[in-house]
Amino acid sequence: MKPFTAALALSLAAALPAAALFAGPVLAAGASDTDAERLARWNEIRTSIFGDTTVTPTDTLIQVDAPARALDAALVPITLTMPEKDRIAGVSLVIDDNPSPYAANITFGPAADPGEIKLRVRVNNYTNVHAVVRTKDGALFETAKFVKASGGCSAPMGMSDEEAMKGMGDMRMKFSEGAPGSKSTEATLMIRHPNFSGMQMNQVTRDYTPARYIQKVVVSQGARNILTLDGDISIASNPVINFAFLPEGKAPVTVVASDNQNGRWEHSFPVPSPSN
Amino acid sequence: MVAHEGLWRRDGRGLRPARRGALLGGLSLFGGLCLCCLPTLGRSAEGFAMDEVGPGIFIRRGPDAEATPENNDAIANIGFVVGERSVLVTESGGSLADGQWLRGQIKQRTDKPISHVVLTHVHPDHCFGAEAFEADKPVFVGHHALRSALDARGEYYRTRLVEILGAEKAGRVVYPTLEVADGAEVDLGGRRLTFHAHGTAHTNCDLSMRDSASGILFPADLLFVTRIPSLDGSLVGWLKEAEVLKAMGAAKAVPGHGPTLVAFAPALADLTRYLGTLRDETRKALASDMPIEKAVASIGRSEAGKWALFDLYNGRNVTQAFKELEWE
Repeated sequence: MKPFTAALALSLAAALPAAALFAGPVLAAGASDTDAERLARWNEIRTSIFGDTTVTPTDTLIQVDAPARALDAALVPITLTMPEKDRIAGVSLVIDDNPSPYAANITFGPAADPGEIKLRVRVNNYTNVHAVVRTKDGALFETAKFVKASGGCSAPMGMSDEEAMKGMGDMRMKFSEGAPGSKSTEATLMIRHPNFSGMQMNQVTRDYTPARYIQKVVVSQGARNILTLDGDISIASNPVINFAFLPEGKAPVTVVASDNQNGRWEHSFPVPSPSN
Repeated sequence: MVAHEGLWRRDGRGLRPARRGALLGGLSLFGGLCLCCLPTLGRSAEGFAMDEVGPGIFIRRGPDAEATPENNDAIANIGFVVGERSVLVTESGGSLADGQWLRGQIKQRTDKPISHVVLTHVHPDHCFGAEAFEADKPVFVGHHALRSALDARGEYYRTRLVEILGAEKAGRVVYPTLEVADGAEVDLGGRRLTFHAHGTAHTNCDLSMRDSASGILFPADLLFVTRIPSLDGSLVGWLKEAEVLKAMGAAKAVPGHGPTLVAFAPALADLTRYLGTLRDETRKALASDMPIEKAVASIGRSEAGKWALFDLYNGRNVTQAFKELEWE
């Protein structure tokens, strides 16, 4: 797999000039696109992110749950389920018809329990949402879900930029027990950050607020990594991520988040002792 | 990433801000509980007749429909107030075609000039009729935050309206020329209309109006009757502004959607019961770590039989409430 940002930049550099010059069918995403057009777009995105590596369709290794029609295009809850979790090394989320399709890439560390991930995204159009899992032997498998939404990336925040940035970098983490019999703990990480997409208009200056989004989140317990998330503008404002991990000892869970404008925030959360 | 942002900006020029189901934000329904209007309910929706809800106050009840090519997005309660000297339009309509229809209704009833057109908030079913009144050169009255809200969403709304109605009928964005910072007053001769610019509630630019002659309150979409309220501003803020409205002490009101005139206190109590339920159950869900997709399916169910269009809007309202309250 190519590095996240390099692949993204490549995808954009390849895609946008073509769109501007020809308004080609592949890139002119719309609600009325045919399956063939959607497939062509996915093939292009897939190649730009994963190169020539084969990506095999799967019904078992990964499932995507998302509302068929988004209630709020700027906050679409996504659940990724990976039943054969011991085989999973990482998962990528691609929203084909978003302006920046590569929404997130998660790499699991030794402390992860990678059976389920939940996050919230923006969806800008009627689109396939692809999830691609990487198994520990390096193979890639994909599945997709079609979501109807519009305008999630450009939807105004409903408040001033200053207000949206209030408390930026604050974090909370909630813990709850995992499934009965499992040794895992479920965690919900909340990060206060506007995740400006670059497509939202500042209501005072009437210009577009520059993109400012969480680029990387590293979650660990002590020295053991739980997961690393690479994010982009498709992640909803005030990102919330649900995951599970295998606690060991009493070391706190630490989170280091950084954005594309050199913001960096680090917080630690004590892990509750098991109640059983 | 610099090149990346540059591209976004360029890309972003061609895209317009969107908002969840904004065109759906103006549905209304029949069967209001308001006894005062019962005789007129039968003819008021599809027939587009106007009810005289007070002396010189004419209101059309918006029908129960989403914006369609057939209904011209004429789905909100719109109308006008006649003074000794001039006429004030309480809501402009949902499209140029709807605004033109309203202007025709006014001309049938009075020769007095149209001096004011109120743009109660940014939603298209309330402000896209404004273009129909430009020839009258009225004062367009709006909340101080309306201009920026129209900048952020107006073109997107227009694009959607053009898709549904066609370019000729859709209407275009018209900005307020009297931007109400806090309060304002307009004298039509023999009656004064007092405006109040509210804090973020239904939207971030809600303007209410009170008529001195009849005492009738025009809360616009701060008051939904029988149709489920749609939350596009702040849940906590709306409950707070409901108190502000209540303190105004009006006996009767013209809601933004629903019957053309209602007894104000019970109608407001229904609204705050729903919003309060939404707030309390969302807080409870957050306290028990319920994920948002489960919250959307479970919160507010006790209200399901009490509002029309509940299934269409409640989940979206829960989403709004959830993201507002999860950082409390």
